[in-house]
Amino acid sequence: MRKNRSIMSKRKAKYAHLPIGESITQVQSMLRERLCNQRLPDKPEGTEAQHKHLLELLRRTAIHGESNSVLIVGPRGAGKTMLLKCVLRDLLEDKEAQKSLLQVHLNGLLQTDDRIALKEITRQLHLENVVGDKVFGSFAENLAFLLEALKKGDRSSSRPVLFILDEFDLFAHHKNQTLLYNLLDVSQSAQAPIAVVGITCRLDVLELLEKRVKSRFSHRQIHLLSSLTFTQYLQRVQSQLSLPQDFPDVKFAQDWNDSIKTLCEDKSAEEALRRHFNSSKDFRSLHILLMLCLSRVTVAKPVIKPADLLEASRLCFVDAKANMLHGLSILELCLIIAMKHLNDVYEGEPFNLQMVHNEFKKFLQRKSNSMYNFEQPVIMKAFEHLQQLELIRPVDGSAAKTQKEYQLMRLMLDHSQIMEALQKYPLCPTDVKQWAMSAFG
Amino acid sequence: MTSVLQHPGYDEEKLRRVTEQTPCREAQTGLLLSLMGQPQQYSYPSIFVYGHRASGKSHVMQVLLKELELPHATISCVECVSNALLFEKMLLSLFGCEAASLLPRTPSLSDFVRVYRHQCVDSPATQTRYIVMEKAELLRDADVNLLPALLRLQELVDDNLTVILLSEITWDKFRPNTGCYEPLVLHFPDYSKGDLQQILSRDSHPSYSADFYSSYINILLGVFYSVCRDLRELHHLAALNFSKFCEPLAEGKVKESDTHKLWRNIEPHLKKAMQTVYLREVSSLQWEQMQQMEEKEAGALKGLSAHTHVELPYYSKFLLIAAYLASYNPARTDKRFFLKHHGKIKKTNFLKKNEKTSNHLLGPKPFPLDRLLAVFYSVVDSRVAPSASIFSQISSLVTLQLLTQVSHDDQLDAPKYKCAVSLDFISAISRTVNFDIVKYLYDFL
Repeated sequence: MRKNRSIMSKRKAKYAHLPIGESITQVQSMLRERLCNQRLPDKPEGTEAQHKHLLELLRRTAIHGESNSVLIVGPRGAGKTMLLKCVLRDLLEDKEAQKSLLQVHLNGLLQTDDRIALKEITRQLHLENVVGDKVFGSFAENLAFLLEALKKGDRSSSRPVLFILDEFDLFAHHKNQTLLYNLLDVSQSAQAPIAVVGITCRLDVLELLEKRVKSRFSHRQIHLLSSLTFTQYLQRVQSQLSLPQDFPDVKFAQDWNDSIKTLCEDKSAEEALRRHFNSSKDFRSLHILLMLCLSRVTVAKPVIKPADLLEASRLCFVDAKANMLHGLSILELCLIIAMKHLNDVYEGEPFNLQMVHNEFKKFLQRKSNSMYNFEQPVIMKAFEHLQQLELIRPVDGSAAKTQKEYQLMRLMLDHSQIMEALQKYPLCPTDVKQWAMSAFG
Repeated sequence: MTSVLQHPGYDEEKLRRVTEQTPCREAQTGLLLSLMGQPQQYSYPSIFVYGHRASGKSHVMQVLLKELELPHATISCVECVSNALLFEKMLLSLFGCEAASLLPRTPSLSDFVRVYRHQCVDSPATQTRYIVMEKAELLRDADVNLLPALLRLQELVDDNLTVILLSEITWDKFRPNTGCYEPLVLHFPDYSKGDLQQILSRDSHPSYSADFYSSYINILLGVFYSVCRDLRELHHLAALNFSKFCEPLAEGKVKESDTHKLWRNIEPHLKKAMQTVYLREVSSLQWEQMQQMEEKEAGALKGLSAHTHVELPYYSKFLLIAAYLASYNPARTDKRFFLKHHGKIKKTNFLKKNEKTSNHLLGPKPFPLDRLLAVFYSVVDSRVAPSASIFSQISSLVTLQLLTQVSHDDQLDAPKYKCAVSLDFISAISRTVNFDIVKYLYDFL
């Protein structure tokens, strides 16, 4: 695939100038593949040591028939799957490994119990009880069959099998951890050579394992804990956005890369990126930011400007609850203010609709303003809408037991969120604003 | 109309149609379109769209996907009560019915992904496929693995696929314990008053001028805007009340331009509509019939909540009254209310602090059966034997949900009850038996 593209680029290099629309399309599809589809980088970035370690380990299984087990642990979006895929790609470049190694990919989200997992294993290994893609036999038969097949093998003659367990922690929730026990048991005894690679985001994953399972695990862990500095983060942004050497239109690629470089050097852009860096270092949230930037690139504006980055950053950091508060009606907002006052006076005790209505009535009496004089059912409807939006939540779940107006509720909003929303609220009446400001009712 | 959407890879004529059908949503449509990119390009694996009810989330998605002819599956999570239905529907709309029939009877996620991958081999994606999940908040109650798996479906099935979740609730309330693949979060802001006016004025009546209809919408918003911003609800109300608004015009009393008189005519009518049609007390059909009959004043018809009057046997009424008194009065005041020779006790002296706040604010308190019977014998004048029928009436009041049993620990020995009726209801009941309940309520002393 890659070779193919380089040939193409050589051919195109002779008449290098593409029309701008086509270049933009090229840029979009290339970068989208990188940001959305997690295309593999050519070489590991920042994880060279782990890459080397894992590659060596798997090579020992693939070529020398050594049984191994290893866990890759790291937070979400730290590049665990990426690391494993890179290692597999590099491993399979070896002709011998490619010929002998069998792979089984399992995911804790999909294979939710051992029966399903077992069927998937037999299917992926193309064992004899598979016809088409149907698997025959009961759970016990399948397990016995699989174990038999694995036991019959030995180190010298049988082909090594690589088991990749994505979301490893979910496999630990299966009944009796039968699958994990059997896999790790095979990897410990002199049977068919297998390597078990688990990927998980839980640091305490070993505590989830049963004692017998834990003792059969090799306790080899690869940690992918990010030790990224801000300069590396900036470099990462730049490398994610820049175009490769083999881009068809060399001139355009040059211009694009220069513009990315100036973007990363811009003061305001750097500040926005630092804010993102401070909130999280994982690559996925960075990809979301860059994706939002990239979506603003059009034929009319073929570069990413710092303003785009700022706008994307604003979209990422926007407070969702404030957004929802902005769309409430005046009546609902008044109820929220009444709840806030109740919270202030009674120090966070739960409240019911009657109390809120009472508080609201006090405000109306003081203002002698008949504009908001709504009937109880109208207020009830507004209250229910707030509950549907989960801005208020019942204290206990037993909804049918008590009447609606006496059900105890809690406000799921912060004091500052309410005040901020009130400032931004369009055409907010002054007396409502003043009521919200006043400390006690 | 402001500017027409533009995006390479799509037909301009189609984009123009999209713009026409999504008024006041230009920015959102543009953003969505630019995130989706050209058909053959990859899009972000999952997009989460949130916004208030009737802010055009489903509509914009539908119009975009339909008009641009992109392969998509629209699924309402309300309909799909089981995973099997969900998977079947996805496969059906993406690949046709043969694919759906390949699923086993109780499919797991693993089966779904297997079938999907199998289908992909035959028909690989030439354009991005979309799965739109409406009412996505219900996914939280489904299988634990379903939401995280949907969010990384692109990776799992290894296809050019985007899952779009639509919800009224913010993303913070969705996140599972161990985290998941974070979606791209977009917000659909609420329509402003001007937007609502503009959208509602679009469907003006052919026999009247557009300005006339728009002035009607203006009056309607003036009444309802402070309570309701739901476009669908407003639309419904506008359609229901327009004939009443035109009435003086048809009779020839006023001209179209005489806005003040028209407003004077319609405003009380709309205020009445808020208490009836808006709350569904009176159904839309009844409301229309009421407008036909001119002599009958609107709202004279009994609403739903006016029918709460229940016919009860004599002793049941007293049992209910006794239950209400027991629920809303503190037990320490029973002596004062129901004993013959009580001393004069001041209200404030002997009560604890938390008893001072009104019980009609805090709701009913539970009481034991003994207390209910004691109050019952005191309020009933005649001698009543504690027969089986009295006790069965108590339990039938529980099945009617006029009383609720509080603790389930013991059915026979000292059960506790709560009274679950409103003050209006109990006053009506006590009026039928000539009992002045307000005299016996501590809150109104």
